[in-house]
Amino acid sequence: MLTLTHYLVLSAILFAISVFGIFVNRKNLIVLLMAIELMLLAVNMNFVAFSQFLGNASGQVFVFFILTVAAAESAIGLAILVVLFRNLRSINVEDLGSLKG
Amino acid sequence: MTTVVLFYLFAVVLLGAGLATITAKNPVHAALFLMLAFFSGACLWMLMKAEFLAVALVLIYVGAVMVLFLFVVMMLDVNFEELRKGFWKHVPLAVTVAIIMAVEMGLILHSRAAEVVVGGLPEQAAGYNNAKALGYLIYTQYFLPFQLSAALLLVGMIAAIALTIRKRKNTKYINPAVQIATKREDRVRIVKMAAEARPTVGEVVEEQPKA
Repeated sequence: MLTLTHYLVLSAILFAISVFGIFVNRKNLIVLLMAIELMLLAVNMNFVAFSQFLGNASGQVFVFFILTVAAAESAIGLAILVVLFRNLRSINVEDLGSLKG
Repeated sequence: MTTVVLFYLFAVVLLGAGLATITAKNPVHAALFLMLAFFSGACLWMLMKAEFLAVALVLIYVGAVMVLFLFVVMMLDVNFEELRKGFWKHVPLAVTVAIIMAVEMGLILHSRAAEVVVGGLPEQAAGYNNAKALGYLIYTQYFLPFQLSAALLLVGMIAAIALTIRKRKNTKYINPAVQIATKREDRVRIVKMAAEARPTVGEVVEEQPKA
């Protein structure tokens, strides 16, 4: 029988994997954005699982809002990435030091 | 029983695709693996009978956001090998942190205090429709946040366009305000001077030597 714990453990592992990804790909901005998307997927899975197993549909409405915000975030993030690449010719996080004193 | 088998199948695919996303050498492969991860996530949501969000996830992520990622990855001309330097240097720290986080979350789940519900999915009433239930909620209780999220998407779209729009530096364009505000005195100057005699026929006009 499929239980809530199945989904919670799965999303915990997925979240840990994406934290691993953020640590490992410290230079590549694109993969960092992808790891953030994976984290959001893990969180959304928690929301949907709780909502379905507790019988309260409000959680799914929140997932809907999170999807909206995540879509806007990735659109703006990628736009910033493109502008950055146009100006610096690089997307290496270590090159982004122009505000450093 | 079948659902549990399917759950493990999709879960393994999801975790494998997630790992492949963050370890892929080629970012195009990473984007494609991320697509696979989101798709198996949608399948897992479908197993929970959350079909509206499963379809929305496929439409929004696999359909729109991943295409955006692929588009940007292919547009940038970056040496991705350079960005992978130091990959193995961070692995021990990353593994430690990830394992600590996963174990912590697992401990919370298994503690008595969490009181995670046991039991399967509650039976829905006959004629229950997930999309309909969500629609009722969105258009009644969560109407204002729903409208706000629409406005947020609009703001995001405008911001993305405004950030990436490129003006040419040497474009010649007309400024109508300046055009209208121009006075006659700015453009025409009337000069008074004495009349000059015409050169007579046969006379050679000396040309100025070129500098």
